[in-house]
Amino acid sequence: MKTKYMNPYLAAFFLGLVLLATIFITGRGLGASGAIKSIVVATVDGVAPTHAESSSFYGTYVGPGKDNPLKSWLVFEVIGVVIGGFISGLVSDRLKIVTESGPKVSRNVRWLFAAIGGALFGIGAQFARGCTSGAALSGMAVLSTAGFITMIAIFGTGYAVAYFGRKLWL
Amino acid sequence: MGPFVPDLISDQLNLVVALLLGIGFGFVLEQAGFSSSRRLAGVFYGYDFTVLRVFFTAAVTAMSGVLLLGYFGLLDTEAIYVNPTWLVPAIVGGAIMGVGFILGGYCPGTSVCAAAIGKVDGMFFVGGGILGVFAFGEFYPLYHNFYESTSLGPIKVFDSLGISQGLFAFLLIAIAVGAFAVTSMIEKRVDKTSAPALAFKSYKHITAGSLVLALGILFIFLPDRKTHLIDKVSNANYVATHSTKGMEIDELAFRIVDAEPNIRIIDIRTPEAFAKLALPGSVNIQLRDFFSKDWIIPFSQRHVKKVIVGDSESQERIAYLLLQELGYENLAILQGGFDGFNKSILDGSAFVPTGSRWDGDVKQFREQARTDILKKIEANKNKGIKVLKVEKKIQGGC
Repeated sequence: MKTKYMNPYLAAFFLGLVLLATIFITGRGLGASGAIKSIVVATVDGVAPTHAESSSFYGTYVGPGKDNPLKSWLVFEVIGVVIGGFISGLVSDRLKIVTESGPKVSRNVRWLFAAIGGALFGIGAQFARGCTSGAALSGMAVLSTAGFITMIAIFGTGYAVAYFGRKLWL
Repeated sequence: MGPFVPDLISDQLNLVVALLLGIGFGFVLEQAGFSSSRRLAGVFYGYDFTVLRVFFTAAVTAMSGVLLLGYFGLLDTEAIYVNPTWLVPAIVGGAIMGVGFILGGYCPGTSVCAAAIGKVDGMFFVGGGILGVFAFGEFYPLYHNFYESTSLGPIKVFDSLGISQGLFAFLLIAIAVGAFAVTSMIEKRVDKTSAPALAFKSYKHITAGSLVLALGILFIFLPDRKTHLIDKVSNANYVATHSTKGMEIDELAFRIVDAEPNIRIIDIRTPEAFAKLALPGSVNIQLRDFFSKDWIIPFSQRHVKKVIVGDSESQERIAYLLLQELGYENLAILQGGFDGFNKSILDGSAFVPTGSRWDGDVKQFREQARTDILKKIEANKNKGIKVLKVEKKIQGGC
């Protein structure tokens, strides 16, 4: 029998403390999409270095004298997220290869929409300079205007379009 | 005093710290149930408001911590990274992510967490994310201008709204507590038998909500530490009851001519006035910057006398008392202020013979000091004005 999830308020209090510790120790917030960007930049740089250096997007992160894009704070943090999530799944007995989806959705459809959703997050997080964790949550903690705007835009749009996506979840 | 990067923790060690904090982040995300896309999507359909609870509680916790640590002087809130605002791109990016949330059921952090415990949909989401960033990068020139548009810098939300930091913190807490109450009711209505909110005992949550609201009310009345201390030392009563030590103009001139190392001249005039004419070796600092941890080491050297130079003695006295309040010792104000020094030494116009037999010596000393100090000022100008403060930018963001 799988263990129940922690009381969300309590879990969130701990999440807030992790974020506070991050700000207190390192002076910056948590994030996630930045690591995905580093993976993309490193891959493009590995496959087509001249293309990467001449690009106005990748060029900011690669080139002579710059560290490997994978040697970034967020990449290490996200490796930690994988480890931490795995440990939590292990202690709460939730480790299982499974696809989770709404009741009326087939596995392949779920995979397709998960990938599309991920792609949209990948694009949106570039414009907003961060995702739910890096821009919204961490931004709100330091009272950045951008953090609140991004949060409102994410959840406001989510509610606005939820009706059209209802078959995926209900 | 935090943050510890980059002074106490090197960039290399910071990566280890990132790994450890990431483990904590991933662990609590999973424990909160954020590795489940159905649970995450529930916030948009009314059957599960876990996301809202976790998101707001975490944001309020971290924000309260930052405010309290800042108030007690444990965290240099000027040094921490504040996500800069690009207004329209933030709205558009957020909207794109909102659609992604409905279709994908995750956000990047939670998808990584889900993938870590074996959720295949989480892995597809991460893969999609990689493709999304790649697509963005490849077509970047098309929207480069838009991406950089409406840049407003690292602005704070309470300034944008035109209210105080404390009032905003209270409002955020009040909205969060109100949202928790309302969404619990919605949840119970949508699903009468197994709504997550049924697991909460009301009295416990009313107690918790009240305590958090009380904290919010406290924030309204908690000024930020800088304003509080500056107000305190500027108070006429405080100034009248606290004495300050002074340094005479001639003594300072002598020490400058002598190039005495155990003296640090702190110029509190405006940067414009400082740029026009300043004493050799002096640093220009505004009152609010005294709090920066950059000054802890240079100001803490007890054998070094800190001489405060300002437009007037009363202005100097406030700076003196503020430094004293911050725990620094061996301070002095320049008697007569910068103007007095200027008149007595630099242009010599203020020399009034007192009729004493030392008049000649004083006059001769001042003339000697004038040429010497002017020479030093000139030499400093050629070197450019030295700014002691090192710009240390903490990198952040995604």
